Amino acid sequence: MARNPARPLSPHLTIWRWGPHMLVSILHRATGVANAIGGGILFVWWLLALSGGEGSYARFIDLMTSDETGRVNLLPGLVLFGLTWTLFQHGCSGIRHLLLDTGAGYELKVNKMGAIATMVVSTALTVLVWGAILMRGH
Amino acid sequence: MGTGTGIGRVRGLGSAKQGSHHWWHHRLTAASNLLLITWLVVSLLRLPLYDYRALMLWLSSPWASVPLILATISVFYHLRLGLQVVIEDYQHDFSRVVALILLNFYAIGGAALAIFALLKIAFTGAAA
Repeated sequence: MARNPARPLSPHLTIWRWGPHMLVSILHRATGVANAIGGGILFVWWLLALSGGEGSYARFIDLMTSDETGRVNLLPGLVLFGLTWTLFQHGCSGIRHLLLDTGAGYELKVNKMGAIATMVVSTALTVLVWGAILMRGH
Repeated sequence: MGTGTGIGRVRGLGSAKQGSHHWWHHRLTAASNLLLITWLVVSLLRLPLYDYRALMLWLSSPWASVPLILATISVFYHLRLGLQVVIEDYQHDFSRVVALILLNFYAIGGAALAIFALLKIAFTGAAA
């Protein structure tokens, strides 16, 4: 294929003033990649640890949590908390995309509100889920 | 077919005519992901996640293992379609082909591992 990499790119990222719709658009892609790689590997790892028997699952839990408190360790905790948010953010902006696919929600104000709503809802759901987990004591 | 030159068609340039199929399956799996992942998140919140026996008992029921197998297929198909678009946007020439092959290996391999683990638990786990 003949492709000339020296050809100039028309300015597209640098000339617009940032708005919530742009942030949510790129977040949809970034959170999708994070879920696909991070979430996918963690999901398979969890199932393989479970299917490997009691000992292998104990090692998985031991890696994720602290012996003294039973709470989630800092580093796995940050990863799990982050992946919870990327899951909810991708889900919320995914619903927004399904609605946009019908042709609805392109008016400037509605579009902006929808974009902000995905971030508010995903953050609230993440806090709610981790609140429930931490309240349970494990 | 019809637009483009004959040599272009021989070289496989132009549309592969799979765009609308890709687009529709991406939306279809988005909807099934939404249902199945919502079910999974609610289920996980109600389970004692440190308790090996409780999890094995849960996964030995078809009402848990079948939705999880369906979720695995739906999620890995969806991520296969999504990452393809990302790769096609940012990778060009030879690295694009390599990345797309690796993506297929990851999606099919990951789903196969997850489904095998789920079936193993479903068929052998309850007695343990």
